[in-house]
Amino acid sequence: MVEWTDAERTAINFVFTKLDYDSVGPESLSRCLIVYPWTQRYFGGFGNLYNAEAILSNPMIAAHGITVLHGLDRALNNMDDIKNTYTQLSELHSEKLHVDPDNFRLLADCLVVVIAGRLGTDFTPEMQAAFAKFLSVVVSALGRQYH
Amino acid sequence: MSLTAKDKKIVKAFFGKVGGQAADIGNDALSRMIVVYPQTKTYFSHWKDLSPGSADVRRHGLTVLTGLLEAVDKIDDLVGGLLNLSELHAFTLRVDPANFKTLSHCILVVLAGMFPAEFTPEVHVAVDKFLAKVALALSEKYR
Repeated sequence: MVEWTDAERTAINFVFTKLDYDSVGPESLSRCLIVYPWTQRYFGGFGNLYNAEAILSNPMIAAHGITVLHGLDRALNNMDDIKNTYTQLSELHSEKLHVDPDNFRLLADCLVVVIAGRLGTDFTPEMQAAFAKFLSVVVSALGRQYH
Repeated sequence: MSLTAKDKKIVKAFFGKVGGQAADIGNDALSRMIVVYPQTKTYFSHWKDLSPGSADVRRHGLTVLTGLLEAVDKIDDLVGGLLNLSELHAFTLRVDPANFKTLSHCILVVLAGMFPAEFTPEVHVAVDKFLAKVALALSEKYR
C-alpha cells in the first residue's frame, strides 16, 4: 500500500481544489497530442488533428480531456487503494483501447506542465513532488491489468 | 526526431526572450529535480546544502542554464558544439543519461510556471525536442 504523509494529502487536495477541469483537461490532452504526436494514433475518430490550432479547438478532444481528468477523481477519493480502484479502467485501456501504457506517463507529464502554468509559484517543488507521486501511482495502477 | 527549421526558430526566439532569467530558471529547475526525484541527490553528495534555493543549488542551476543557452547558439550542430560538455558528462561526471530526461521535464515545468503566456503548446513541443537533442548530444561520448 502506498504511504501518504499528511503534507502530501494536503498538497494533492489543494491542487484538485484549484483545478479548472473544463480548461485543464482539454489543454493537457491537447498538449499531449501536440508534444507527443504519436499519441494521436488513439484518436483516429476524433476529427481534425492536423495541427496545433486544430487540436486545441477540437471539441471532441476537449470533451475527452475533461473525461480523462475526471478519471483522476476516483484516485483522489480512494487514495489508500488506488491500485484496485483502476482495475476496470486498466482492463479497458489494455483489452479494448490497446493503449501503450507509456502514454499514461506522457499525459501525466503534460498535466504537470499545465498545472504549473496555472498555479505559477504556488506550485512549489514539494507540491510538484506530491502530485507527481500521486500521478505515478495512478499510472502504475492503470498498467496493472496489462498482460 | 530532428529539429525542423521552425523548431529552431521557435527555440531561439523563446530563449532570446527568457534567457535573461537563466539564474532563476536554473535554480527552480534544479531545486524541483532534487525534491521531486530524490534519487538525483546522489550526484550532489559533496554539497553542503541541497535544499531548494541554497547557494550550491543556485550556482549550479546557473551553470546548467548557461550551458543550455550555449546549446541554443549551437543549435545547428549540437553534437559537434557540445563535444566538450559531452566528454565532461561521460568521463568525469558520469551522470546516468536517464537523468537528462528528468531534468528536462523539470525545466519544462519551470518554463510553464514562469512564462505561462509564452510557453504555448508549439513552444512546448519545440523546447521538448530541443532538450531531447541536447541530452543526446551530451550522451554522445558515453560509449
